[in-house]
Amino acid sequence: MPVAPEMPGVVASESHGQAVLFVEQSAYLAVVTALYRAGFTMCVDVTAVDYLVHPSRTLPPGVVAQRFEVVVNLLSLAARERVRVRVQVADGESVASLCDVHPSTEAMEREVFDMFGIRFDGHPDLTRILMPEDWDGHPLRKDYAQGRIPVQFKGAAS
Amino acid sequence: MTTLEEREPIVSAGAATHEGGQELLSRGEVSQKALMREAGAVLRMSESAAAALAQVQGDVGEDQSMIINMGPQHPSTHGVLRLMLELQGETVLRCKPIIGYLHTGMEKTGESLTFLQGGTNVTRMDYLSPLNNELVFSMATEKLLGIDGDIPERAQWMRMLLSELNRMSSHLLFLATNGMDIGAVSMMLYGWREREEVLRFFQKVTGLRMNHNFIRPGGLAADLPVGWRDDVLRLLDMLPERLAEYEILMTGQPIWRERLQGVGVITQSEAIALAATGPILRSTGLDFDLRRDMPYLRYREVDFDVVVGAHGDAYDRYAIRLHEIRESMNIVRQVLERMPGGDYRIQNKKVTPPPRGRIDESMEALIHHFKIFTEGFKVPEGEVYVAIESPRGEIGCYIASDGSSVPYRMHVRAPSFVNVQCLPHMMRGGLVADAVAVISSIDPVLGEVDR
Repeated sequence: MPVAPEMPGVVASESHGQAVLFVEQSAYLAVVTALYRAGFTMCVDVTAVDYLVHPSRTLPPGVVAQRFEVVVNLLSLAARERVRVRVQVADGESVASLCDVHPSTEAMEREVFDMFGIRFDGHPDLTRILMPEDWDGHPLRKDYAQGRIPVQFKGAAS
Repeated sequence: MTTLEEREPIVSAGAATHEGGQELLSRGEVSQKALMREAGAVLRMSESAAAALAQVQGDVGEDQSMIINMGPQHPSTHGVLRLMLELQGETVLRCKPIIGYLHTGMEKTGESLTFLQGGTNVTRMDYLSPLNNELVFSMATEKLLGIDGDIPERAQWMRMLLSELNRMSSHLLFLATNGMDIGAVSMMLYGWREREEVLRFFQKVTGLRMNHNFIRPGGLAADLPVGWRDDVLRLLDMLPERLAEYEILMTGQPIWRERLQGVGVITQSEAIALAATGPILRSTGLDFDLRRDMPYLRYREVDFDVVVGAHGDAYDRYAIRLHEIRESMNIVRQVLERMPGGDYRIQNKKVTPPPRGRIDESMEALIHHFKIFTEGFKVPEGEVYVAIESPRGEIGCYIASDGSSVPYRMHVRAPSFVNVQCLPHMMRGGLVADAVAVISSIDPVLGEVDR
């Protein structure tokens, strides 16, 4: 394991040879900041998964499964290493925004909010990014009725 | 466990999701802190320096600046990118890219297509480098299947050949559009012409000019056609001469240099903070290329240079892409020399359909073929992130599988989506006339930005 910050609320694991850290929500920002200091200066990607219809996924002991999982991919340019941070988020909960540590997450967190409805505390401009701002629902949620919604357009009579 | 069909759709419950406008707000409506953030102070200076500047910036009254809208229907925006610019005279004070006009829910679509069909979906994201998209999706699927170490040598080298030719075609199109945006209209014709030569080769190999779905989990869809080597050699013979023409037409030309040098400057720390990758990151002098630094396929075995700039301006990004075409040609030459024989796809009954000839002889082969193309193959539970170097930067694919034959979640980390975030920082303090040059130098593909 190339990186395993000895911090409370972190469970180090791996997936197909890739380093994965399961981080509790309370420790999330602190862990990412510690990783930043350890050389993981680029936040390549922020995304999320809605595990609503797949609750029995394999997780290491000590990690309590929640409906959503925010997945953050960090890259160390100097060490040429990657680490993936996975945070469990319950429905309706919000997580800390990484914008202050990694400004690159601004658009990515907006996308996660737009698609999943997960709120990021401290995000400067948490608005929809891909969907129109008056759109109902969050499309990548597993209970979003695919193909069964009326066509929605901005300003159209409804 | 309830299935999706049994569950009540809760779409209407989220009716109150009006989140406010996505537009650039006028100066009076935003707080000082937000203003500073939009102007890029967070990246450029310490908090105390930003606070000192805050008073100066506050002097620009709302009546001295105006917000204008650029796009989404604008030829220079490479699709449907919309920018809102706050101008004081001709100087850009703030800029906000507004995206989503091409959003078609491709990640959602990806959740209903099997791993074999998924290629047809991802290949349409970055439509200028479709083979790289297929490659990253296939590599992620193979990693989940645990067969990433068993892909035959020929398949690996064929993938490299196609990936590099795709990089050339994408950069040739960049040269064309960059030329057109800046006023070198004849360059547009030349760039498209050369790109078409590469696409003609792709058509011969894959059957299609674009959206090939040729690289598939387990290998490729077919072997290279007879005479492929001559076609590639013809390309390699033709291009150096044409690239030399471009150098005369653009690189050495004073007007071209004036339009690009010192325009859209971004520093190395800004590029890292904004997670810019590809030519944008390299233009700031940082030599980071996934092909060399985190090698995949057989890039470890070929010899090539990573092209870097020094100033982080639009001219460096132009020059890097021009030289990357030459480096790609260099790699293609080595691939030609070393292309091994053998199979072009893994012979694993789980993921590989039986050969066409067997279907006529064997009922089992017919059933097997039918099963693979209708039901697909099951992929073990797990999640994986694979990233490769596309012409625009790091393209990544995150797949979470629940053990079925369709991805539970398929996310593509699109380089353009992230790179577009650099625009406000490149534009700030520049002239509105340079805005077009800056957008062009990012080389965004909006299909990939919006997905």
